[in-house]
Amino acid sequence: MDEAIYPRDYSMLGRDAKRAEELGLSKAQWYAAPISRARIKELMKRSDGPAIRDTLIWFASFFITAGFAIYFYPSWWSVPFFLSYGVLYGSSTDSRWHECGHGTAFKTRWMNDVVYHIACFMIMRPPTVWRWSHTRHHTDTIIVGRDPEIAIQRPTKIWGVIGGYFSVGQTKAAVKSLFIHAAGRLTDEELTYVPEMERSRVYFVARIWLAIHLAVIAIALFMHSFLPVLLVGPLPCMYGAWVYVLTGITQHGGLAEDVLDHRLNSRTVMMNPILRFIYWNMNYHVEHHMFPMVPYHQLPKLYEEMKPYTLPANTSVIDAYREIIPALLRQIKDPSYAIPRKLPDGVAPMTEPIAAE
Amino acid sequence: MTQWIDACAKDDVAEEDVIRFDHAGQTFAIYRSPDNKFYATDGLCTHEKIHLADGLVMDNIIECPKHNGRFDYTTGAAKGAPVCVNIKTYPVKLEGARVFINIA
Repeated sequence: MDEAIYPRDYSMLGRDAKRAEELGLSKAQWYAAPISRARIKELMKRSDGPAIRDTLIWFASFFITAGFAIYFYPSWWSVPFFLSYGVLYGSSTDSRWHECGHGTAFKTRWMNDVVYHIACFMIMRPPTVWRWSHTRHHTDTIIVGRDPEIAIQRPTKIWGVIGGYFSVGQTKAAVKSLFIHAAGRLTDEELTYVPEMERSRVYFVARIWLAIHLAVIAIALFMHSFLPVLLVGPLPCMYGAWVYVLTGITQHGGLAEDVLDHRLNSRTVMMNPILRFIYWNMNYHVEHHMFPMVPYHQLPKLYEEMKPYTLPANTSVIDAYREIIPALLRQIKDPSYAIPRKLPDGVAPMTEPIAAE
Repeated sequence: MTQWIDACAKDDVAEEDVIRFDHAGQTFAIYRSPDNKFYATDGLCTHEKIHLADGLVMDNIIECPKHNGRFDYTTGAAKGAPVCVNIKTYPVKLEGARVFINIA
């Protein structure tokens, strides 16, 4: 059972889930860079300021792009505004969902919760289910059979990856789960990580969301216009997804599965300020996984602290894709392949489970 | 029944902070609140057994360093997902410069 059998079984209930547990890869101890407690504590400190500033800019950007899109609709002049609005709606919400889900974006809890729920609605991620799936992602990052958020499964399905840039599979799954949840049910996989006491919340939110989506469709029919469905619901989620997928694939794409060291299965990539605003600094992904309670606005500082213990960051998105694309293509035929990573001299990778303290 | 254990010196714990204390195969977390009072809880998060001493103390809340689970360390109350089970608290007393916890 030690050797992985290909193709891997990525379900939460299958062969590799059992294997991960047997090998001690589940809920294991992971490598952590030896940053002093005092410094980490300093970096973990919360503040509302940066996220309030960013959220005000975010909301203003929504109103401006939507306003111009509506004003120019249906002329071609509306297209660039829809495209910009779509990136806000379908991509920037991914990072807001993420940061506010961790509860680190704002110091004030209700602010995290409000932005979390808004972002979840836009990107069509059931807030309770995704909170728990992401919890698992952090416990068992890229452990096959344990991590429900492995974006690119092997062997690589190229059309699936390309379709992902338009959120085809994600949105289809989201619509399906909306109906399942609204009917008062969870999938078998969701049942493995959403505790019973949280389930009624899933059903309640799904029913509200379904009512909103149906109302938007009704308004569109009443107006004899596509405008409402271009602004709210699955469509903007799809036509605006490409930026979050572009950046999201850099997080773990092509890297190792089943290791207990984030330096081997996660990637930090330098990005320009616009992408970093959309992505809320999740380009510092090794740092985020190793110390998930450090707020997004402190990650550049954590990156500097961790430099002696990690490998150099990819210098750009293009630089990252230069290694990701060949790896994904190679993984079509050789799903056991992972991009080799060389850690700084004297820093050992953690690849085997160690006994819990 | 009481079993007071000498856990640490008062100065070992900074204000609004937490340290880990291991004793007889058990692990505990010792807190010093912003108003300079001391508290003790089990050392591992009830969600996934992560050491709370690596977490962040904010007022009377300890936040787990891994998944953002929060407890009120003065009462042990779980404050929302992903922690659903309260954490055990222990009585604390101060004697001179030392902090004792009752683990009975």
